Amino acid sequence: MSDVDFVKPTIEYAELSPLLIVFGVAALGVVVEAFVARERRHVVQVSLAFVGVLAALAATVLVGLDLADVGPGQGLVGAEGSVVVDGPTVYLWGLVLVFALGGVALFAERRLEAGVSVFAGQAAALPGTEAERRSSGLAHTEVYPLVMFAVAGMMLFPAAGDLLTMFVALEVLSLPLYLLCGLARRRRLLSQEAALKYFLLGAFSSGFFLYGVALVYGYAGSMDLDVIHSAVLNRTDDRTLLLLGIAMLSVGLLFKVGAVPFHAWTPDVYQGAPTAVTAFMSAATKVAAFGAILRLYYVGFGANRWDWQPMLWVVAIITMLVGAVLAVVQSDVKRMLAYSSVAHTGFILTGVLGLQATGALGEGEVTSLQAVLFYLTTYGFATVGAFALVTLVRDANGEATASAKWAGLGRRSPLVAGVFALFLLSMAGIPLTAGFVGKWAVFTVAMSAGAWPVVLVAIASSIIAIFFYIKFVRLMFFVDAEGDVAEVSVPSPLTSVTIGVCALVTIGLGLVPGPVLDLVAHAGDFIR
Amino acid sequence: MLTILILVPLVGALAIPFLPAASAKSIAIGTAAGTLGLAVAVAVLFETDEGMQMTEQVDWIGAFGVHYAVGVDGLGLLMVLLTAVIVPVVLVAGWHEGDEAPRSYYAWVLAMEALSLAVFLATDVFLFYVVFEATLIPAYFLIGGFGREGRSAAAVKFLMFQLAGGLVLLASVIGLYVVSAEQGRASYLLSDLEQLDISTEAGRWLFLGFFIAFAIKAPLFPVHTWLADTAEKATPGTSVLLVCVLDKIGTFGMLRFCLGLFPEASQWATPVVVTLALISIVYGALLAIAQDDLLRLIGLTSLSHFGFITLGIFVFSTQGGSGAILYMVNHGIGTAALFLVAGYIIRRRGTALISEMGGLEKATPILAGLLLVAGLATLGLPGLSPFISEFLVLLAAFDYAWWVGAVAVLGIVLAAIYVLWMYQRVMTGPTPPTVEDTPDALPREILAVAPLMVALVAFGFFPQPLLDISNPYTEDLLSHVGVQDDPPTVSRLGAHVFDQEGGE
Repeated sequence: MSDVDFVKPTIEYAELSPLLIVFGVAALGVVVEAFVARERRHVVQVSLAFVGVLAALAATVLVGLDLADVGPGQGLVGAEGSVVVDGPTVYLWGLVLVFALGGVALFAERRLEAGVSVFAGQAAALPGTEAERRSSGLAHTEVYPLVMFAVAGMMLFPAAGDLLTMFVALEVLSLPLYLLCGLARRRRLLSQEAALKYFLLGAFSSGFFLYGVALVYGYAGSMDLDVIHSAVLNRTDDRTLLLLGIAMLSVGLLFKVGAVPFHAWTPDVYQGAPTAVTAFMSAATKVAAFGAILRLYYVGFGANRWDWQPMLWVVAIITMLVGAVLAVVQSDVKRMLAYSSVAHTGFILTGVLGLQATGALGEGEVTSLQAVLFYLTTYGFATVGAFALVTLVRDANGEATASAKWAGLGRRSPLVAGVFALFLLSMAGIPLTAGFVGKWAVFTVAMSAGAWPVVLVAIASSIIAIFFYIKFVRLMFFVDAEGDVAEVSVPSPLTSVTIGVCALVTIGLGLVPGPVLDLVAHAGDFIR
Repeated sequence: MLTILILVPLVGALAIPFLPAASAKSIAIGTAAGTLGLAVAVAVLFETDEGMQMTEQVDWIGAFGVHYAVGVDGLGLLMVLLTAVIVPVVLVAGWHEGDEAPRSYYAWVLAMEALSLAVFLATDVFLFYVVFEATLIPAYFLIGGFGREGRSAAAVKFLMFQLAGGLVLLASVIGLYVVSAEQGRASYLLSDLEQLDISTEAGRWLFLGFFIAFAIKAPLFPVHTWLADTAEKATPGTSVLLVCVLDKIGTFGMLRFCLGLFPEASQWATPVVVTLALISIVYGALLAIAQDDLLRLIGLTSLSHFGFITLGIFVFSTQGGSGAILYMVNHGIGTAALFLVAGYIIRRRGTALISEMGGLEKATPILAGLLLVAGLATLGLPGLSPFISEFLVLLAAFDYAWWVGAVAVLGIVLAAIYVLWMYQRVMTGPTPPTVEDTPDALPREILAVAPLMVALVAFGFFPQPLLDISNPYTEDLLSHVGVQDDPPTVSRLGAHVFDQEGGE
């Protein structure tokens, strides 16, 4: 008999309940797929997903309310150190779940395609074959368990307390997304090409991440962010392993957020994926991945920020410039929004690199973490709303994503064009919209940390970005329609409510950002 | 009180899209008249010597130290009155400008009025910035949606210039926050920021951001190129709102923020600013002379006028400051009259090209008279109000340096050329048969510009009410900047000018 006793791991079920609920619902969805009759599957899966997300959201709120009581520094390190539930985690969970709600609503939309969902019958059925015809009348409900797995991964990603959990979460969130991208019913080849591209490049970047994990383990002798932090703080010997490790980890994470030079997949995937998937993915993945970036850099490598901040300076600068400049020349709405999301990644990175020691901040001054969390909120709602609107503008071949077809939309459907203009103006950062407050916050923290060259570039790229947003507004309102143009289809309440909520939040956060800013301020800091 | 003043047009703007299109015009004019009434009430309650008053303050974004704070001082009061007068005038004069899409036209005009009033009343820098930028959205839709061929390109050009300026300003606004947060609790209130101890270097950088934005807005050489295109393509009514109200934000901002927050940097920048102002005066006038498009011509005369205003501000004397503030009011009235009368003529002739006009005088004597009065006001004829402000600015300019005054005087000579030559080509000459039946000004059209004409003459002979409001403001500002001057006292100065006029 061995001397080593088996220690039963303690799991904080209450605090981890949002995560567990989502994982449970995802697994349940697989069971439903296997045992429920085909005709009833759609209703059951959609309700299950909605109930699951709502329950997780409720659990998140409860965890958030009790956070002050569960441990020192507002939060706890749970599940044997592998999951950290603190203020930022809870906030990010809430954000991911809200976008998941919008995502499920958009997935369930069937009225736009005359009673059929936007997803392919069978991913393997080639367009135009007998298999495609046979499957075309069927309900395609695998997407709901898939999206739930992705959501679970996205929730675990920013909460990971060690690098291995972070890697597992990364894969859990990525694999379902690769699949979802390839499931478009229309423009099949484009969609499958997008999925393949995303998968190959994603797998490649995961390799980098894993290698980075190994190198950092080699330096610190542990994968716990906490231990890595103390190693970084205390050891003075050769740092080659550490620096290489940080670089490799950064490649993996920057790929996920679509920062230059790891952005090449973004336009193709955003364009090829079903628009509902794009809407969900662009908002929620960014939230999760930036959450992980923040935790990794602030908690793990916060002590040697002088090493990684210059790297982020460079990445932020080229990301903003490349994204803004390339967006100008796009002639497809989804590609334009994709490049604009690249530019926004740069703006968020501007906030990330604004990390300062607590002592360097004035009383009540906005911290880098608060700014980034707020920006993610504003950007996420505008993006979900904008992509959801793209699904409405259609011609005989489904969604009309070519910009030229949007000409004169403001005359034909002033409401839809007006709301789309609102989202664009918010992304452009025009005052009285949420985007402006977000931009103000990230620029401020960067400026405060002395990164004024980055802020100047950010302002220059904002000017470029405004040009293409305004160009599009002009196209919708002031250009006369010629030839074949797109019309607006009337969606079911699922889509219209999603768009409505996004529009209201975009205006609301522009006029009264105070409550949400207080919320992110109240979320406090990461704990170790 | 002030909040209601902002809210009335804003509510009108929000309501109009939901009401029948047929009622849009009457609701808009009613709202604008109501706003004017409120503005007059504010003027009546205003106490000349009490600085910032009728203040209201509510926390808005606690985390950023931002307040919803409004208040009115002498400068703000004059700008508010100018705005409140011009909007109804524009609506009545441009009776048919919004006929294509009445709801959006009137909603955007009222939205622009509300936001402009908020700009002139804001006493929190963040609030100012927000509404300053937000005015661009109605302006963009007014330029792009109504007017002549090529307007959407002009709207994009306008917006790009303005937003570029706005973002440069954003950098400075953020910089202010950082400085403010370093010295204790961050606050954007003007009264708190004036107490800040800003280092010389930081102050100069921040000043630069503010000044660039306001120079684009005003506009000043070399960032004026949007002005002519916009004035040409937009409707005359929109141009009036842009040039006479929105552009005033530029010079207003120079006075309130550049001088108010960065006195040291303002003086440091004076040589460059004065040079740019002089170039604007002369270059704007030369450009105006060369134009064949009536609206473009009027737009470019404003470049020259804004040169004068900026010059008045940056020579740092009571005369110059008061003259500049007066000039802002007078330019608003005079240029509005000129734009609107030009709009009447263009509507009748179907073209804006001066070379295709001529001989209108006989067919439309009343229009000719209106154009002449508005034109003479623009060139600064004694007896009309712009003369007084021009005179004050020139006095101050000569006081600053003789050559500055000499160059500025050149602007007046050139003004005579562009106005009179324009009048000659449009109105005089043989009357071609096609023009003989041109209808003269309608009673509605005369009624619309009548208040402007009356103001031009009345303030030309009796500018004291305006000076009473602007002088205390200027003195306060200059003492804050730390400049002393001892020219004749203020009331005597006004009387002096008045006497001189009476003699002529």
